[in-house]
Amino acid sequence: MANIIDELKKNQILELLDQGKRIDGRNLDQTRELSIEINAIPKANGSARVRLGDTEVICGVKIQPDRPFPDMGDKGIFICTAELLPLSDPSVETGPPGPDVIELARVVDRGIRESHMVDLSQLVIEKDKSVVGVFADNVAVDYDGNLFDACSYAATAALLSSKTPKWNWTDDAPVLAEGEESDVPITTIPVSVTMGKIGNHIIVDPNADEWASMDARITITSDSDGNICALQKGGVDGFTQEEIFKCGEISVRIGAQIREKLKEAQKGA
Amino acid sequence: MLDKFPRTAVDVFIEVLQADGGTRCAALTAASVALADAGIPMRDMVAAIAAGKVADTVILDVNNEEDQAGQADMPMGYMPNIGKITLLQLDGVLTPEEYKKCIEVGIDGCKKVYELQKQALNDKYFGNRD
Repeated sequence: MANIIDELKKNQILELLDQGKRIDGRNLDQTRELSIEINAIPKANGSARVRLGDTEVICGVKIQPDRPFPDMGDKGIFICTAELLPLSDPSVETGPPGPDVIELARVVDRGIRESHMVDLSQLVIEKDKSVVGVFADNVAVDYDGNLFDACSYAATAALLSSKTPKWNWTDDAPVLAEGEESDVPITTIPVSVTMGKIGNHIIVDPNADEWASMDARITITSDSDGNICALQKGGVDGFTQEEIFKCGEISVRIGAQIREKLKEAQKGA
Repeated sequence: MLDKFPRTAVDVFIEVLQADGGTRCAALTAASVALADAGIPMRDMVAAIAAGKVADTVILDVNNEEDQAGQADMPMGYMPNIGKITLLQLDGVLTPEEYKKCIEVGIDGCKKVYELQKQALNDKYFGNRD
């Protein structure tokens, strides 16, 4: 994911920002075109393909019985992962993920987990023995920056469209109840908004060139009530208090717009 | 200020002896003081502390019980002289008002931690040595 951007481009990005412009012509607080395709992988329990500009992510949801965590016998399991295919970008190779990809998966997971989007208390088959595990796996197929939000939207859209099978606890084992599917219990729709800081400018949804030029970034996730439920700052530079306040406001405002798109996509399915 | 000593690596080793919440913030605060003590040129020190929400109340310095039972945890690292937040993370739900309050409380807390950091360095180098 590490891009080598030539100094000329970096200077150009900064010069344009000083005039209030972005390298691809967007406003500073404008996201790229977002398209959401539900059920891109029909054999999965749920899936979505999301394009955020030229960044493209496919998320598949797998739902299966699992053992609960020892200290959470009355809760189901939710885990969200993310990885990059080598074909997504010239710099991506096969093999174990680097620190930036591990962080990507953790930030996406945290945003959805901390919003309590999936009501885990409804995913218990037999307390302390067997629960339903919901796994949302993101794969980036094309990289043009900001995988954080693309993966988050793909996972959220896939979860909204997922159907969970039903299992009954019979003879000390979960047994699949044929033909009994229901929606995954959803309490809220989290939306992450990632902002980059270049010089003293805050830009929303950085593309790959901007991503490579960023001094710092911040990802803020808000829920359907307009509350902030997760935040992660990254990069070497810092944010002032005013900038952090501003980023909070932007994330709730932009988040509300994106949430409508997620709802539309769900209805259209 | 890595440009002051090219081709040199500075390793910082941190050992958590006892964990009662806020290990990351304590580690960050300790590392800053240790770097200053080592005489490494720096733009600023980093002071760190967590703000959070427990029982619908915004609090400072979340301990282990509060973290487990609480509604939100927001560890923060802050450079007091430059006025920049260098570490920020949030787990848990905050209204926009609580979010602002947490940031303010956190920054105030970091400034207090910074005074203690300065005090520790002062005591070592300018303190009474009897």
